[in-house]
Amino acid sequence: MIEWVTLHILEKYNFWISMLIIIIGLSACIVKENFLKKLIGLSIFQTAFFLWVVSLGDVGRNILFTWGLKTQTPPIIWKEAVENGYIYANPLPHVLMLTGIVVSAATTAVALAIVIRIYQLYGTIEESEIIEKEKEFEKMGVM
Amino acid sequence: MELMTPLLAILCPAIAAALILPSRNHPNIRELWTIAASVAMFLLVLSMAPLIVKGETIEFTLFQSMFKGIYIGFKVDAFGEIFAITASSLWILVSIYSIGYMRTLKEHAQTRYYFAFCFAILGAVGVALSANLVTMFIFFEIITISTYPLVIHEQTPDALRAGHKYLAYLMPAGAFLLFGIMITYYLAGTTDFTPGGIKALATASPMIITVLFFAFLLGFMKAAWMPFHSWLPTAMIAPSPVSALLHAVAVVKAGVFGIVRIVGYVLGMDLMQELGLWLILAGIASFTMIVASFFAISQDNLKRRLAYSTISQLSYIILGAALLNKESIQGAMLLIPFHGYMKITLFLCAGAILVATGKTKISEMAGIGRRMPVTMLAFSVAAIGMAGLPPVAGFISKLYLCLGAWAVGSPYGMIFLAVILISSLLDIVYFFPIIITAFFKKPAEGIGASGEVKIKEAPLLVVVPLTITAIFSLVFFVYPNMFYISDLAKMAISQLFGGV
Amino acid sequence: MDLVEQFPVIIIGLSMFLAYTMLLTGYLNRRLPFFMSLAMNSFFLILSLFILNHVLTVGPIRYWQGGWRPPWGIEYVIDAMNAYLLVIVISMVILGLIYSRGNVRHEIEERKHVIFYTLVQLMAAGLYGITVTGDLFNMFIWLEIASLTAYALIAVAGGRALRPAYNYVIMGSIGACLYIFGVCWIYSVTGTLNFADMRLLLPLVYDNRAVQMAFAMIVVGVMIKAYIFPLHLWQPDVYTYAPSTISSMMASVHVKVMFYILIRMFYSVFTLEFIKHFIGLDLLICWVAAIAILAGSIWAIKQRNLKRMLAYSSVSQMGYILLGVGLSPLSPWGLVGAVAHILNHAIGKGCLFMCAGAISQQEGLKDIRDFGGLGKKMPYVCAAFTIAALSMIGIPLTAGFASKLFLINASLDAAQYPFVAVLLLSGLLNLVYFWRVIDQMYFVKHKETENGVEVKEKGKSLPISMVVPILILAALCIVMGIVWLTDIPMPLINHILSNLRMGVTL
Repeated sequence: MIEWVTLHILEKYNFWISMLIIIIGLSACIVKENFLKKLIGLSIFQTAFFLWVVSLGDVGRNILFTWGLKTQTPPIIWKEAVENGYIYANPLPHVLMLTGIVVSAATTAVALAIVIRIYQLYGTIEESEIIEKEKEFEKMGVM
Repeated sequence: MELMTPLLAILCPAIAAALILPSRNHPNIRELWTIAASVAMFLLVLSMAPLIVKGETIEFTLFQSMFKGIYIGFKVDAFGEIFAITASSLWILVSIYSIGYMRTLKEHAQTRYYFAFCFAILGAVGVALSANLVTMFIFFEIITISTYPLVIHEQTPDALRAGHKYLAYLMPAGAFLLFGIMITYYLAGTTDFTPGGIKALATASPMIITVLFFAFLLGFMKAAWMPFHSWLPTAMIAPSPVSALLHAVAVVKAGVFGIVRIVGYVLGMDLMQELGLWLILAGIASFTMIVASFFAISQDNLKRRLAYSTISQLSYIILGAALLNKESIQGAMLLIPFHGYMKITLFLCAGAILVATGKTKISEMAGIGRRMPVTMLAFSVAAIGMAGLPPVAGFISKLYLCLGAWAVGSPYGMIFLAVILISSLLDIVYFFPIIITAFFKKPAEGIGASGEVKIKEAPLLVVVPLTITAIFSLVFFVYPNMFYISDLAKMAISQLFGGV
Repeated sequence: MDLVEQFPVIIIGLSMFLAYTMLLTGYLNRRLPFFMSLAMNSFFLILSLFILNHVLTVGPIRYWQGGWRPPWGIEYVIDAMNAYLLVIVISMVILGLIYSRGNVRHEIEERKHVIFYTLVQLMAAGLYGITVTGDLFNMFIWLEIASLTAYALIAVAGGRALRPAYNYVIMGSIGACLYIFGVCWIYSVTGTLNFADMRLLLPLVYDNRAVQMAFAMIVVGVMIKAYIFPLHLWQPDVYTYAPSTISSMMASVHVKVMFYILIRMFYSVFTLEFIKHFIGLDLLICWVAAIAILAGSIWAIKQRNLKRMLAYSSVSQMGYILLGVGLSPLSPWGLVGAVAHILNHAIGKGCLFMCAGAISQQEGLKDIRDFGGLGKKMPYVCAAFTIAALSMIGIPLTAGFASKLFLINASLDAAQYPFVAVLLLSGLLNLVYFWRVIDQMYFVKHKETENGVEVKEKGKSLPISMVVPILILAALCIVMGIVWLTDIPMPLINHILSNLRMGVTL
């Protein structure tokens, strides 16, 4: 039992935590009717995902049990690290996620811009109310 | 032999169609194109006949397709030539007729009419000349699509409904046909028409061949066999020349032509015989012949009665193919042009009556024979031919069919012989009342009373073509070899069965 | 090093650079961006033709970004598949641009024109980028560039386009995130992002659950963007309310590139061995496709708004491509069908959306039931619409027939007979909903003309710049219909098959 917990949960705690947050974000994204809340959900989803990828860069993996030991170093090569054969973190995920963060910021910006336009047009950002207003507008022949 | 003639023949109507559109504001020029194209196509098609009678096959490959073993091209053999001659020679007459008909009735959208007509004929002749199933399928779909504007020409809700019914039958048929073609290709690696059937199919499992046979049968729904016939009477809402050429000759004959192609040139006689498929086909044909005749008797609308007569007559051809012997297939092949000439006469007469009197119902036609003697005489000649009585061409082909049924021997042969005879009798039953009504019944009181113009013959452009077709129906009896028809049929038989 | 090998990066670099230059020059002269974009994209078309020629005659192009060797650096790989797609994408972008000239004036306020063309050019750059790249993460970046600009371009029309645009932002971002999620999963296993490298390393870890997970995520992510049936919910509204130019570009190019990602993942990253490793996976894909084909058609029949009908028709047509992809492990013809349909659907549906835009611009009509007598008012557009619709139905001698033929042959070759029925049935369903429109255009008598009162409004004619691309695309539908029947595309097909390592040639 202990081994199972250690192997699947404790050792992979970063997976569990980020998956939990991802699910929170995703469900908000899908379930919520409010456009802003959806967007917040999307951001949570993306951020949790970045968190997970960044944690992947930690090559030393069993971080809980090597607490305090210097198996993990930043991805910088300096004399001591080379001499002691330190394992350094994989820099690539961090770099990828820097780009990813930029993308997610851009997405958020575009989405916010659209939300603002929607609010200006309909006076609300609740999806069901917007659909009702659309029907109203259609009857009036505005759109 | 490699000749460009088939391609040129196909291009004639296409070029005409391209010329018709820009000259839509000049009716005379527009119709000149149609007639010029029809004459040119007929001459081109006819010019191939002497070669084919000698046993040559004219081939022209357009291009090799992506699929190994399938090419798009033409291969004109004797059987295809018969159909091509029929369709193209009748097109000349019907174009002349169309001019008179459309102008007298002041129909709308005439440009569209001529445009679509060109493509329909292109499809029909293309079907006749194509070298393999894939090429044939392309032309088949061209026929289906291009006849739609002709069927719904009136553009009334009724016409539209008829058009939808038309597509609802023929497009699924196209899907079945495509299915059959792909299965054939998958089994045999080729879809070329080979006299006596594609060899590689003989080794396939009977189950698949049966499926294939039914796919083709459904695919050739254009042959209007029962119970998939009801699109044809509905399509009679089209203008008379359309009913005449397309729904009596080009479209339905293309379907029948396809069935004969399948029996003789794809599945082959041996396979049909071996799996007993001929019996199924002959059964369907007999059923259609008899039942359609009964339907015809009950129709009062002249064109609908003719349509049911067409359904019945088409099944003669199917039956001829199904009986799988020399005489019957020769009868079937001869019936294609002969029935074409006779049935077109009938439809042209129906159109002429419509033009002259505006009448479509048989019951209203009392005494019409005296006012329109030429038209009704032509009608009578064709009707006699339909019933298979001498001295009209129909007799020859029916004789061959009867001989074929006799040659089958066994009780089946006798049954089919009886069916042919009964059906011919029924033909008399539904045609002769029309003649009697027209010639010997006195017109009802109401007609002519309400200041109606006195009924005269239809305009010359309408009457002349139908007279010619009627005369031709008679000439074919005396001289069946006109346009090489009889020689071509003999040649086709010798190609199919090997040796003379 | 051959000069041609520099062309991909020239296309990408110049398009990105051009987009921002256009934004700046737009402040000097509002008309300039359009002409710049048109000129440069025409230049790219010539370059892409050179690339295609080079790929077919010499072999795939490999360009190392900054001279870094592949497993570390970003590599651009152009083989027959992407060269072919690149030509399609660039030509469709050019035609879309020409069309937009007249259409944008009608549908978008003038102050937004500069930004509109900038965004179109950026989207094009993103699409070109996806097409040429050989790196999983780089592909994500281009994907996001193409998607973000698409979100903005849809919303640019304002009004009812806003809500669909927002939904698309959410769905599209989830899709992209799933994609990159999957990429990171396989990265965590293999430690590489390069296609070629990945293909070599993956066979060792087929049974690793992370890899399987990654495959599922990438496929689902891309499927959201390519609106495969159950994941299509964002799409109909977007296509209905977006500016016609954008609807046309999205349907003809954007979604094709998304499919290209799927094909690239299937063949160059995971390879057919991976798909064959999981028995039934290919059939699962086929059945998803079959359901998409039928469901899309059935939903399309229910629509009355022309653009919405076309949108559902696209859902159905995407099923064709997916069916081809799904059948390809069993038969090379599946891939041929998918590859052919990518082009055929691009020209056909591009033309149809352009026609829909033209109709709503000139006559203000959107509902199919109001189309009576349109054939006389807009003869060219209606003729083009008819041809493209016939192509969608799959009438012989139009482009759609060829793809139908290839796919049917693939199903027979793979011995998967139900799909033959699905394809044939779908052709008939397409007939039902397209024929309704054709009927209305040509054959149903208009109420006004019936009463003998023909309303003739002069001066409301379409600009020639809108009619020309429509006619070009309609002509292409017929030309490609004939070309696909001949064996002219055979070398291309064989190159694609060998470059995607199908192990067979036809």
